[in-house]
Amino acid sequence: MKQLALVIDLNVCVGCHACVTSCKEWNTSGTAGYMADMNPFSRDPTGTFFNRVQTFEVGAFPNAETVHFPKSCLHCEDPPCVPVCPTGASYKRDEDGIVLVDYDKCIGCKYCSWACPYGVRELDEHQKVMKKCTLCVDRIYDAKLPEAERKPACVLACPTSARLYGDIHDEESVVSKAIREAAGYTLMPEWGTQPANHYLPRRKTEMRIHEDELERADNPLKIDGRLPKPGVRDPSLDDVTSW
Amino acid sequence: MNPAFSVIFLTTLLGTGQGLFLALFVIEARVAAGLLAAPSAAFYPLGAAIVVLLLATGLLASFFHLGHPERAWRAAAMWRTSWLSREVIALPAFMAAAAVYGWAHWQGWQGTLLIGVAGAVLCLLLFLCTAMIYACIKFLQEWATPLTLVNFMLLGCASGVTLAAALAALRGEPNVPELAAWAAAFTVAGLVARLASLWRNARLKPRSNLQTAIGIKHPRIVQKAQGFMGGSFNTREFFHGRAPGTLRSVKWLFIAAAFLLPLALLAAGMAVDSPALLAAAFAVQYAGLVAERWFFFAQANHPQNLYYQAVS
Repeated sequence: MKQLALVIDLNVCVGCHACVTSCKEWNTSGTAGYMADMNPFSRDPTGTFFNRVQTFEVGAFPNAETVHFPKSCLHCEDPPCVPVCPTGASYKRDEDGIVLVDYDKCIGCKYCSWACPYGVRELDEHQKVMKKCTLCVDRIYDAKLPEAERKPACVLACPTSARLYGDIHDEESVVSKAIREAAGYTLMPEWGTQPANHYLPRRKTEMRIHEDELERADNPLKIDGRLPKPGVRDPSLDDVTSW
Repeated sequence: MNPAFSVIFLTTLLGTGQGLFLALFVIEARVAAGLLAAPSAAFYPLGAAIVVLLLATGLLASFFHLGHPERAWRAAAMWRTSWLSREVIALPAFMAAAAVYGWAHWQGWQGTLLIGVAGAVLCLLLFLCTAMIYACIKFLQEWATPLTLVNFMLLGCASGVTLAAALAALRGEPNVPELAAWAAAFTVAGLVARLASLWRNARLKPRSNLQTAIGIKHPRIVQKAQGFMGGSFNTREFFHGRAPGTLRSVKWLFIAAAFLLPLALLAAGMAVDSPALLAAAFAVQYAGLVAERWFFFAQANHPQNLYYQAVS
């Protein structure tokens, strides 16, 4: 079974919000209706977004780190928002595991947003239906686009390639490798939702130089120069490369 | 959570209607068993009409919660998985049973007790569905307890039976002392169960914290920006926006208005034989239960709030 997902590398996210704006730009222009902004130019502006970038400070000065944290629907493998929907408007696709909302069936009861521990569902104030990340489902299968552009808008927009996209059930996919090799983790694992989206942790970048890399271990007299040739009859590491 | 008055009125009005129906049914059963004096013929149809009116008002209130009320009929679709969908089916079914029950009494049909049994079963199912809507969300830890179901049933019965006592007293029916005693018993039981849930919730240890929310194991994490400066659905829907002191005041208010004052008014009403005091007991208790339900919603702390601690 396919499970499409994003893998977000917190080690390289710089918090530029390009994923936020490109997401809004793509999804507000779609046939499903725009993502409403209420009072955009007056007091208390508010709007619908599928993706938000938040910023956290970890630790205390001087050992503090700034972590930029993009948050969108995690397309859980066991999504708690889907079974609670009374109309069946919220559903998880069998073919690729994307969790979607049918805007024509949604009655706007908000129960699914109560049942999502991550707060990634937002009621559109204009359309009065629940909206959430679609993983750009109207983009990733669009055969009119070049193969390389059949990816979610946020992934294409990320200038540091902090967002990876692929099938986490395919062991050879770029996302599976990233999760495997860079210790990818999920959010709030305590609720058993099994989010498909993973995050890659911050990593300390350190140079690993051993002393014998700075100073040759086989030069005890600290005289730089050509090594003395071993005698013909001396044993060597292997008999092929000596004389 | 940010309490929505549509849902507060839905749950409290439904509970009162259900409690009143159960009171009517139990009176009829005990009259049939020869344990009580029979009330006047018009008592059951009048009571059932009030039940249907309360349920219809609650249903009407619930429509104000919806973004698309005209599509509400779709909500019956997913009864296999959704307690909300089950409630949407159980509520009209119970309303129909209550209406038929009243009509049967009005027309003097035989077998009203059987209709009452069906209505009582649907009534209990409706209690189950309504409470499970909240109790089934496991990460809203304040709600995810059997006490939610117990409280919805006991508080609904308390207000409904108090209304039955007031109704019987205003009409001069014979069974007022029994009804008032039942109402007091349900109110005391409701108080005990509600205090138990308050005690439990005060000792809850949240399973989610900022560390699990963003997956960084560090004891000191502070949010510096939530990604936007204006409000959003996330900042409006999941937090009541009141000071902790307001919550404490509402707690003491509902303990007094939903339980202690109605008990005093019921006792006083029985002591001086005053229907007005019994009616006041119901009015005060219903207002208290509205405050109780407001507190029930406000107290639930949604884990998504972990992501919205600081604007910037």
